[in-house]
Amino acid sequence: MQYKTQAVAKPYFIAAIGLFVGQILFGLIMGLQYVIGDFLFPAIPFNIARMVHTNLLIVWLLFGFMGSAYYLVPEESETELFSPKLALVMFWIFLVAGALTVVGYLALPYATLAKLTGNDLLATMGREFLEQPLITKVGIVVVALAFLFNITMTVLKGRKTAISMVLLLGLWGLAVFFLFSFYNPDNLVLDKFYWWWVVHLWVEGVWELILGALLAFVLIKVTGVDREVIEKWLYVIITLTLVTGVIGTGHHYYWIGTPEYWQWWGSVFSALEPIPFFAMTVFAFNMVSRRRREHPNRAATLWALGTGVMSFLGAGLWGFLHTLAPVNYYTHGTQITAAHGHMAFYGAYVMVVLCMISYAMPILRGRAANSDKAQVVEMWGFWLMTVAIVFITLFLTGAGILQVWLQRISATPLSYMATQDQIMVFYWLREWTGVMFLIGLVVYIASFFIGGDKKAATA
Amino acid sequence: MSGIFTKAMARNIFYGGTVFFFLLFLALTFNTTRELPQRDNRAKLTPAVAAGKKLWETNNCIGCHTLLGEGAYFAPELGNVYKRRGPEFIKAWIKAQPTGVPGRRQMPQFHFSDADLDNLVEFLKYSSEINTSNWPPNIEG
Repeated sequence: MQYKTQAVAKPYFIAAIGLFVGQILFGLIMGLQYVIGDFLFPAIPFNIARMVHTNLLIVWLLFGFMGSAYYLVPEESETELFSPKLALVMFWIFLVAGALTVVGYLALPYATLAKLTGNDLLATMGREFLEQPLITKVGIVVVALAFLFNITMTVLKGRKTAISMVLLLGLWGLAVFFLFSFYNPDNLVLDKFYWWWVVHLWVEGVWELILGALLAFVLIKVTGVDREVIEKWLYVIITLTLVTGVIGTGHHYYWIGTPEYWQWWGSVFSALEPIPFFAMTVFAFNMVSRRRREHPNRAATLWALGTGVMSFLGAGLWGFLHTLAPVNYYTHGTQITAAHGHMAFYGAYVMVVLCMISYAMPILRGRAANSDKAQVVEMWGFWLMTVAIVFITLFLTGAGILQVWLQRISATPLSYMATQDQIMVFYWLREWTGVMFLIGLVVYIASFFIGGDKKAATA
Repeated sequence: MSGIFTKAMARNIFYGGTVFFFLLFLALTFNTTRELPQRDNRAKLTPAVAAGKKLWETNNCIGCHTLLGEGAYFAPELGNVYKRRGPEFIKAWIKAQPTGVPGRRQMPQFHFSDADLDNLVEFLKYSSEINTSNWPPNIEG
């Protein structure tokens, strides 16, 4: 690697992958509870498993983003990291706080956890994805600020590139919008309205800046295409992202008590949200086909192309599928949403973090790329996980279409639970595909332990 | 993209476009804030409703159920459960959990007091009276 302080990225990447495994295991538990309702009850009720599943996802992606930033920023800024020591201290604080939170979820009744952790001082818990105790939320803010300070100081003392500026903007946005998680009014409509300022403005806003910056960085490295070209693309993509995505928040404001004009604003702007993702796909393929060098790390290139395609399918296409208000009237809060969520998160954020890890980890381990043998295994992991997520999405979409039909459109609508009984076969298929995903993940991890002829550290 | 369209132009369009659409979003938010009192049922926002909402949150109900279509998709929609089942059924149902039927999805026993149950029902009643533009499509949620 070019700067020795980039090495702090390594523990972040390792922790990210470790927590990823936990996320998938809890996903499999939940998937089984969909078909065998009393599985592990009352030891791990569904709501606890889900909380662990989604919170681990968020936390490991944050580890991935932070590790990526620590790797990327010194190289872009052409200077050592401002404080590698601070980065390592924050790593341990974040890891221990995250682990304690998960232990709290599993060991205590949620209401007890709320009482013990000061939820009575400021009630922020018990809202989807923002279930963390108050002290964990404060901890996230502290870690985020220390991280941003470190990264920002590094950028300020070094070269300022478009990639590092966009990354910084995305990371600062992430921290700023998280502050809305502390606002929880009694008024349910207001609560929901600003809840989306965290959730939507993260995943369909500032996180996409991070995604774009990381992808652009890896593409410069593996293709050797001129920085000017790649950074111009990056600006165009993130312009499209925020122009469509910010007002696109309106697609969450159809049925929660907000004014009806949001059905127009939300439908029109979110219908345009696939465009930046399509641009990203074109971007990735275009840059790879115009490559000026054959980088020995073909696995990283595969992840980069995969991010482009899968984020378009998952976030773009599957988002569009149910984003228009007249369609969403029937699909809102069904398995269609779950289908979209799975492929969008995997295609956009999981894949870009794994892309970054795939590119950076061999260099952090002292070589330009892993051996061909290790790369082939890594690519097996790529295909197993990617094909699995496609089928998970298809099965959940099947479940969702039937659910909408039986429960909401039929002249003799079935109750929620009666409908669930009718679509059980899709949940079984989803669970088995989830097992395939886990196998893919194990294969992916195994690739880190395969030796063979390494490529010399030149890049 | 040829040489005519430079990186500096792309950057300026990015910052300009972002600022413009974010300001538009803030304007819409401002207008929404003004219109909400006619739709969000705030007149019925009693202390009992607030206490019920807190119980809803501290027992992580959203981890299985949806409320106005948002949440997990493992258990029934509760935004309109007050209209679907009525207050007495809701209380009796919560008290009777878990059913213990083998293989069925189980809801935990939360050991609510009678006052807690009343507050929860008040919260669900308030939620069912929010103007959701006729969502859900039918009473089954």
